[in-house]
Amino acid sequence: MTTHSPASEDEVRALVSDAAARAVPLSIAGGATKRGVGRPAQTQETLSTRGLTGVTLYEPAELVIAARAGTPLDEVEATLAAKNQRLAFEPADLRSLLGTEGEPTIGAVAAANLSGPRRIMVGAARDALIGVRFVNGRGEAVKNGGRVMKNVTGLDLVKTLAGSWGTLAVLTEVTFKVLPIPERTATLVYTGLDDARAIAALSAALGSPYEVTGAAHVPGEGGGAGTLIRIEGFEASVRYRLGELRALLSDWGDPALVEDADGEALWRGVRDVAPLVTPPERAVWKISTAPGRAPALAAAIAAETDARWLYDWGGGLIWLSTAADEAAARIVRAATRAHRGHATLIRAPADLRAAVDVFEPLAAPMMTMTKGLKASFDPRGIFEPGRMYAGV
Amino acid sequence: MSIAFPPPDAGILARRDAILAGLAPLVAPDALIVTEDERRAFETDALTAYRRLPMAVVLPSSTEEVSAVMRFCHANGVKVVARGAGTSLAGGAIPQEDAIVVGVSKLARVLETDFANRTMRVQSGITNLAISQAVAHEGFFYAPDPSSQLACTIAGNVAMNSGGAHCLKYGVTTNNLLGLTVVLVDGTVVDIGGDMLDAPGYDFLGLMTGSEGQLGIVTEATVRILRAAEGARPALMGFDSVEECGACVAAIIGAGIIPVALEYMDKPAIEICEAFAHAGYPLDVEAMLIIEVEGSQQEIEDAFARIVAIAAPFNPRTLNVAQTEAEAAAIWKGRKSAFGATGRVADYICMDGTIPTGQLKHVLKRIDEIVAGYGLRVANVFHAGDGNLHPLVMFDTNAPGEMEKAEAAGEDILRLCVEVGGCLTGEHGVGIEKRDLMTTQYNPQDLRQQLRVRGVFDPMWLLNPAKVFPLEGRDLDDQALDGREAA
Repeated sequence: MTTHSPASEDEVRALVSDAAARAVPLSIAGGATKRGVGRPAQTQETLSTRGLTGVTLYEPAELVIAARAGTPLDEVEATLAAKNQRLAFEPADLRSLLGTEGEPTIGAVAAANLSGPRRIMVGAARDALIGVRFVNGRGEAVKNGGRVMKNVTGLDLVKTLAGSWGTLAVLTEVTFKVLPIPERTATLVYTGLDDARAIAALSAALGSPYEVTGAAHVPGEGGGAGTLIRIEGFEASVRYRLGELRALLSDWGDPALVEDADGEALWRGVRDVAPLVTPPERAVWKISTAPGRAPALAAAIAAETDARWLYDWGGGLIWLSTAADEAAARIVRAATRAHRGHATLIRAPADLRAAVDVFEPLAAPMMTMTKGLKASFDPRGIFEPGRMYAGV
Repeated sequence: MSIAFPPPDAGILARRDAILAGLAPLVAPDALIVTEDERRAFETDALTAYRRLPMAVVLPSSTEEVSAVMRFCHANGVKVVARGAGTSLAGGAIPQEDAIVVGVSKLARVLETDFANRTMRVQSGITNLAISQAVAHEGFFYAPDPSSQLACTIAGNVAMNSGGAHCLKYGVTTNNLLGLTVVLVDGTVVDIGGDMLDAPGYDFLGLMTGSEGQLGIVTEATVRILRAAEGARPALMGFDSVEECGACVAAIIGAGIIPVALEYMDKPAIEICEAFAHAGYPLDVEAMLIIEVEGSQQEIEDAFARIVAIAAPFNPRTLNVAQTEAEAAAIWKGRKSAFGATGRVADYICMDGTIPTGQLKHVLKRIDEIVAGYGLRVANVFHAGDGNLHPLVMFDTNAPGEMEKAEAAGEDILRLCVEVGGCLTGEHGVGIEKRDLMTTQYNPQDLRQQLRVRGVFDPMWLLNPAKVFPLEGRDLDDQALDGREAA
């Protein structure tokens, strides 16, 4: 395995042009902490973005930050924190889940469209991503979007690159909207609720005017289940909204109030899927559906195979672990289809990722569009071939 | 008339009768509009300086009918211009003589409302405001609120990725959309996304949004609906200088306050709006902000206490927090009538560039100079929180050459927006208006990548083809690198 580490966008262009001319496929990696997501690599060479580093623009009063793709996420977050700001979509750190080490990069946050619990209130990584520079499969440097909050000039290729897992282009620079860190964060924790009651509580909270920024449920045995509702803002406003929510949700019991480091740890656990990290040999799925359908979807899987799970996004996101085998994968796919969701296999051994669909299979017309989009960026198919779909 | 349309295809025009005969069986008799009088209603949109009479107008009643019409047009090489309510300020819905218009106005139903999951499925011809009205009884609303929301459709909002006065907090169309049903150029119907927060595969939802009717025709949409805040209240703040006003905006945001709306008006805009709306705007200031915050009574008071303290060093000359519903309504009435009020004193064109807010002072000064250089006047209203400018360049249509001057001034202003790190259009779209300026923001390589993506959906340039991309440079010479596909 050869790894190329270009130090500039021009060097990325040269490397990609060369790879295209040789018809040699490339893996694209930042810190390679999410290398194991997707169908197994069919590449002998890796293009690393780790030589492309540095925050290139940060204007706190304009709520915008730009950085070269290989900049460590830590560095971006520290830069923002120094001005009391943050990436509001709360990017997950999947290292413990995926059993990887190394330094996650800001480019990979964009390429994986990694969004945490606050996605329900402030949008996903793809919503905060407002500008990109990238090198396409022809070795051309291209920009799209920009550094301003509102921009509808031309086709929004920024969105197509968010969540494309390196299959369309090599991101060289990304620009994100950011938000202030609020004065106070507080979490109400209800215990002992079953899934359906928990999701109903979360839906009631999210359907209230109290601006819930986190809504998760971690099932547990013997009353160990925790249902979390997070409120953020100015002190007086948080105090008021906590009171209103307690009253609104009085049928669901008397919640504990968790704040500060304990509260941060709770949400980091949800964000990084901590309850499913062990045992490490099990497969972990990320399933999206409407919150109201989520409990039945999870139950349908559990009726047929041993499964554990937790809910984020008010129930709209289910993280679920099963045995890492094809039979369990079939059960997950069938239940997800039946309950109108879609599922991505985030963690599994390479042989399982080679044997089953990792990303949700697409209907025929969507697959035609997918292949067309791929060819429009990468006509020779040199970027991460087959990572998302066979033949793409 | 400086913006060129491609010359109509004589072959298509010669086949008009056959094309109309082919369309007739595909829709109800009253849904095919062929007489010149009736077609006139569709010859332009809100960019009324440009008009083109379409060959025919089709108003389908279902996704299936849209699909049949598209299949027919595709097979016969007929161009299609999609139309919502025709409120585009950028000329996005202006037809061309060798095209048919496919209007979605008959697709105006709510299909499903799901309060527990906070989503709503609608047909795409429903108006923006009707979506909010349909869920208001439960205290919900649909967040993007363009000024034309009474008339504009969700189809047009998706096509232009529309924003509004409240997008500082709630985002624009692309941030509030979960699913789409789209009819592609050959009639294929695709369902993109669904009713969940993220969609599988590549983000075609994001790609469709803002694609200006060039990738397909949206017939249904699933949107997020949100529970409205308990209350909202605006305040007025007047300043002696643009600098102090701009610095105050930066300080408010820097302090961690994101108001739901933060609107700026300059002195000419204040005078025009006050004369029209009698909103109680201060006439002795150079710049004014409307700041709206949301929440309970207590939260609103707390927020304004903070904002007042933050604003103090910038010497606000006027500071009125609305105390009653009537005062709140008056404050917004002035701002919301800005375009109409300006239209009473002059003809105008409304620009839509976005700038980094730190460039505000420089840009406003240069806008004044640019417009004065053409011997014209300008009033500025804009969304201060996100830097989306709406300079209204005023002129007199009856004075020979003035409209051309206004257009030239507008173009200079947009070039300036790009120069300082901004963009040509924040929420109105490129349409025909800014098409020829695209090369100021994007280099040929940037545009070629967009054209290649466009080509995936419409290789024959049948969908709204006069728009967005400069007429020159559309031919992609991809053969060299695409040898494999060609062979």
